[in-house]
Amino acid sequence: MSIFVNKNTRLLVQGITGKEGQFHTRQCVAYGTKVVAGVTPGKAGQKMDDVPVFHTVKDAVKATGANCSMIFVPPPFAADAIMEAADAGVEMIVAITEGIPVMDMMRVKNFLAGKTSRLIGPNCPGIITPGECKIGIMPGVIHKPGGPIGVVSRSGTLTYEVVHQLTCQGIGQTTCIGIGGDPVNGTNFIDCLDAFQKDSETTGIVMVGEIGGTAEEEAAEFIKQHVTKPVIGFIAGLTAPPGRRMGHAGAIISGSSGTGQGKIAAMKACGITVCENLGTLGELCASVFGK
Amino acid sequence: MKIHEYQAKELFKKYNIPIPEGSVAFSVAEAQTVAEKLGGYPVVVKAQIHAGGRGKGGGVKLAGSREEVAVIAGQILGMNLITHQTGPEGRLVKKVLVEQGLNIKKELYLSIIPDRGTATVVIIASEAGGMDIEAVAEKTPEKIIKVYINPLVGIQAYHCREVAYGLNLAPETIRPFTALLSRLYALFVDYDCSLLEINPLIITADQAVIALDGKVNFDDSALFRHKDVMAYRDLDEENPLEVDASNFNLNYIALDGNVGNMVNGAGLAMATMDIIKQAGASPANFLDVGGGANAEMVENGFRIILSDKNVKGILINIFGGILRCDILAEGVVQAARKTGITVPVVVRMEGTNVEEGRRILSESGLNLTTAVDLKDAAQKVAAIVKG
Repeated sequence: MSIFVNKNTRLLVQGITGKEGQFHTRQCVAYGTKVVAGVTPGKAGQKMDDVPVFHTVKDAVKATGANCSMIFVPPPFAADAIMEAADAGVEMIVAITEGIPVMDMMRVKNFLAGKTSRLIGPNCPGIITPGECKIGIMPGVIHKPGGPIGVVSRSGTLTYEVVHQLTCQGIGQTTCIGIGGDPVNGTNFIDCLDAFQKDSETTGIVMVGEIGGTAEEEAAEFIKQHVTKPVIGFIAGLTAPPGRRMGHAGAIISGSSGTGQGKIAAMKACGITVCENLGTLGELCASVFGK
Repeated sequence: MKIHEYQAKELFKKYNIPIPEGSVAFSVAEAQTVAEKLGGYPVVVKAQIHAGGRGKGGGVKLAGSREEVAVIAGQILGMNLITHQTGPEGRLVKKVLVEQGLNIKKELYLSIIPDRGTATVVIIASEAGGMDIEAVAEKTPEKIIKVYINPLVGIQAYHCREVAYGLNLAPETIRPFTALLSRLYALFVDYDCSLLEINPLIITADQAVIALDGKVNFDDSALFRHKDVMAYRDLDEENPLEVDASNFNLNYIALDGNVGNMVNGAGLAMATMDIIKQAGASPANFLDVGGGANAEMVENGFRIILSDKNVKGILINIFGGILRCDILAEGVVQAARKTGITVPVVVRMEGTNVEEGRRILSESGLNLTTAVDLKDAAQKVAAIVKG
């Protein structure tokens, strides 16, 4: 088992003919993902390798039965691309694009309310169910198929670091999700924690947060109430100065809100095992989850 | 992106939001000319820097005559203004805003920000104007009014009424206030602001509602569609190394430690800073070279780290995903040859093409220390700087 995506997921790629879109589509195909369609307005009838390209998401869904979209559209047009996918009834939308204006994402988020689509991202590495399908830009080889650990993170390369340490300890993953580093995103920690809790193959969860906002605090409270599986938490940015945007648009300490220390305290208070030193995360997982 | 108060007020004027009469001045003579045109004393002379707390730091003063304007403008222009937001090094004042003095009856607080949790635009208002709003929120939360607006629907008349009546405004100021608020919301949305704050918004003795102060920050991700705002950028207010880095699409933030570091990805970069600290040293910067870094970017990253004289050692931590380790290694070798790296460098690489990357580094003949994992890397670099 896994959450959100698996070997039956039928992927379409919005922005498939761009440089990034092409490169990462090929990587996904090589990993075994079923890439069934691409969308680039004005390029219907063409093919990217063996993947047919359509003008619109609706056309692509109708012709191929795609149920998941991966978005590589540049920031000025990305909000439009997400809404197009949702309007076409795509169940799972994974937005990789970094740098979408906050106001655009707030509109998207309200647009998605009441719709059936799930948005992952934006500004995220994507989602992978090791051995089944990879939808995103993460290096597939560092993952170990078969579970039993679920990983959810606000970061990209930091997630790779965490997964790599798990794999080095011989611990496999059910599904790894990057929910993105933007202040306004689709799927949040709680959605993923809930899904991992309900997934019979997942026996433990690693949650990787960072400074800014209150998502980790809310997730900690949810874990206390609803998650019975062991959770290991990590927070990046303890040394970040207040008021500065640390790369990720969402990673900013405002006043007394969003500090790493506050998040760690909240997580500990809710029974989460907090890893204080990233260098030792793999060992800590081995001792808490067993092998 | 931040702008000055006088620039914020230019935007207010464009949206018919009442502001005091006044103008920016770059010299004492200019300040006097502006003051004379205002048609009466006292006038207010306000230092223009990108930091709050200017009044407490001595950067905002009343002047009762033409002569006093000269004295006060002379004091403020060229002063090194230290506030709780500038840090101990302070900020050099190069311009002042000279405005008419007003007869203030009441001071209010008003701001608009995006609320990330609810994906709405939130208006925050309080009768406790002119004070530090964080302190008000902490001590007397009942004095804070919050109204949330769905951006798909936009601001409605009832939102404005909720704020106006919540502030206990006099009947004759309700209309001017609600008009001001809906224009302010329009400005916020039109310009993709990340913060719009008026503290204080004043009610004068003759019941006029006027923005006595103005602070506007913009969403950096939306600047591509606001070329006019880009003209407001003031490089004097930014760290020169950060400006240099931004020209090469590098995400660099200067800090006060002595271990330079270069990392791909913001989360890993923050975690790397943290682990440097935990190993007993202190990070000199945040530097995210991004997923699509090329050899040139790596080279410039090196140059910028090395131009910080406090740097005693460098840690490179790359988890190759999109950025391949061999590309990174080539960049490091090029940079070392061109700039001549003068401090010890520890390299930790993992991920895509890591074997090729390690081969390039080891065959380069450069004096680099390689680390097997993150913990090892932090310990090695900390040992070097402790020397």
